[in-house]
Amino acid sequence: MIRTLPSSKIYKAGFRLFIVIFLVFLFAPLIITMILAFNDSMFPSLPWKGFTLDWFFGKGPKIIGLFNDSFNLRGIATSFKVAVSVSLLSTMVGTLAAFLFEQENFRFKGALYFLMIAPLVIPGVILGISILLFTNSLSIFIEDTFGIYLKFLTPSFGLVVLGQFSFITTIVTMIISARLRKFDRTLEEAAANLGANRFQVIWFITLKYLRPSIIGGAAIAFLMSFENFNTTLFLVGSQSTLPINLYQQVRDGSTPVINAISFILIITTSIVAVATLNRGGSRKS
Amino acid sequence: MKSDRQPIRWSFFIFFIPVFLWLFLLIVLPHLELLRMSFLGSRTSTFTLNNYKAFFTEPIYWLTFVRTAMYSILVTFIVLVISLPVAFYITKISSFKLQGLLMVLILVPFWVSELIRVYGWMILLRESGVLNSFLVGIGIFKEPVEMLYNDVTMVMGLVYTSMLFMVVPIIGVMGNLDDSLIEAAHDLGAKKIVIWKEIIIPYCMPGIMSGSIIVFMLVLGSYLTPKLMGGKNALWFTEQIYNQIIVYFNWNQGSAFGFLLLLLSSLIIWIALKLTRQEFSKVVK
Repeated sequence: MIRTLPSSKIYKAGFRLFIVIFLVFLFAPLIITMILAFNDSMFPSLPWKGFTLDWFFGKGPKIIGLFNDSFNLRGIATSFKVAVSVSLLSTMVGTLAAFLFEQENFRFKGALYFLMIAPLVIPGVILGISILLFTNSLSIFIEDTFGIYLKFLTPSFGLVVLGQFSFITTIVTMIISARLRKFDRTLEEAAANLGANRFQVIWFITLKYLRPSIIGGAAIAFLMSFENFNTTLFLVGSQSTLPINLYQQVRDGSTPVINAISFILIITTSIVAVATLNRGGSRKS
Repeated sequence: MKSDRQPIRWSFFIFFIPVFLWLFLLIVLPHLELLRMSFLGSRTSTFTLNNYKAFFTEPIYWLTFVRTAMYSILVTFIVLVISLPVAFYITKISSFKLQGLLMVLILVPFWVSELIRVYGWMILLRESGVLNSFLVGIGIFKEPVEMLYNDVTMVMGLVYTSMLFMVVPIIGVMGNLDDSLIEAAHDLGAKKIVIWKEIIIPYCMPGIMSGSIIVFMLVLGSYLTPKLMGGKNALWFTEQIYNQIIVYFNWNQGSAFGFLLLLLSSLIIWIALKLTRQEFSKVVK
């Protein structure tokens, strides 16, 4: 049944076959997508018409490759900027939240903790709509009362960042909390007895200890932000992110440029994911 | 250590204020606004129950709602049935050398954007897709068959996009299950099915529940997969919400739908936790 127990050949072979099928199921769509990025055809489908790099570097007029496709390049740049902002912001607030929930005691802590994990069970679509409605009402209220028009409260870059931040911070908080919980607080006490103030203790001792989880959290926040669709959909203004762009192209009929983008994203994501896993600081809960 | 009571206070506020602002401004207030908007008429802006009445009197609305809930439960169940043996193989059967490799293999697609994974299935399954060319090429099919845009494919797609969120938490708890428990049961003559029922599943319950909650939430709130893979005349509830907000610009009706979806998801999760006697705050850790 398990490694240490004897089990029949059929049991072992059957289980192995099951895992192989599972892995094929897991990877088939990704691998097919990547392969078809190099097919010299106008459509992302078979038959194979020969190897080409045109969907990456093509200059037109027939094929405009990804690196000359300003629409998709702009989407990638926007997504990158959003992801960096969200990652920085949610790592900062997530670290503070981890300290708050692991090291402080205060009234209504349980209630606040419950609120903090609530974004895990709020569908992304609802989160996006709520923030859209709220900022819209707020901007109308501010305009009526003070006569000031605040542009960042209408669907725009800033709103996308806020929307993604609102739930990604929960994930980052949980990653950092998990490590902080294992921290030996006598180290802090020792530093305090040697004359360090609270700020110095946190800066020199606790944050050093937390570093792997902070880096892991930031990487996960970046990836989650970069691929987010559901929340972003409602908050996006004129600068759309890559997933929104891709969605429109996939819906309205696609060219292998999407495969080229997918190829690059799958490779980059894999590298980031493997690097994060190897650091070992990012056990996903 | 009581003497440093004073310095702790300012650090408390540094932790508390950003976290409070995040949760209050981006989670609490937006959802209160969602609730308020759902009780306002779309033209009159006065209190009304019409938005909720429309939901219960128009079969297309509540049928979509029931369909979405039922399919989400079905998908969660299928995902669980596939994930248990996968997690079992990785943690208890495969050799230790293979274990690390399998973990990486399983986690990498986890981070690839949902859109790209769905796109992969689209180019595999559609009428001009890879699978059709292959099957026609080797003579199994006489002519291409449209395999996209039906409920079976949609369920498969939803299983595919959410599966790893179940496998990972189950691996987390199953890895800690002491092999000697299984060995003891085996030596005392327990059958495999009894070992699963009496030892493995009860022990893995926290992982099963956290995986189920995440998968259920993801599926229920999914937009891309049902939209791109599902049948054209049967909507997912998030599509209804999207249509109200973006297409018809009826934010009040959309809010009512959004709030109902939120209510439904909370209710189903609450029932599931009660039935399995688990606690939310423990499950999500």
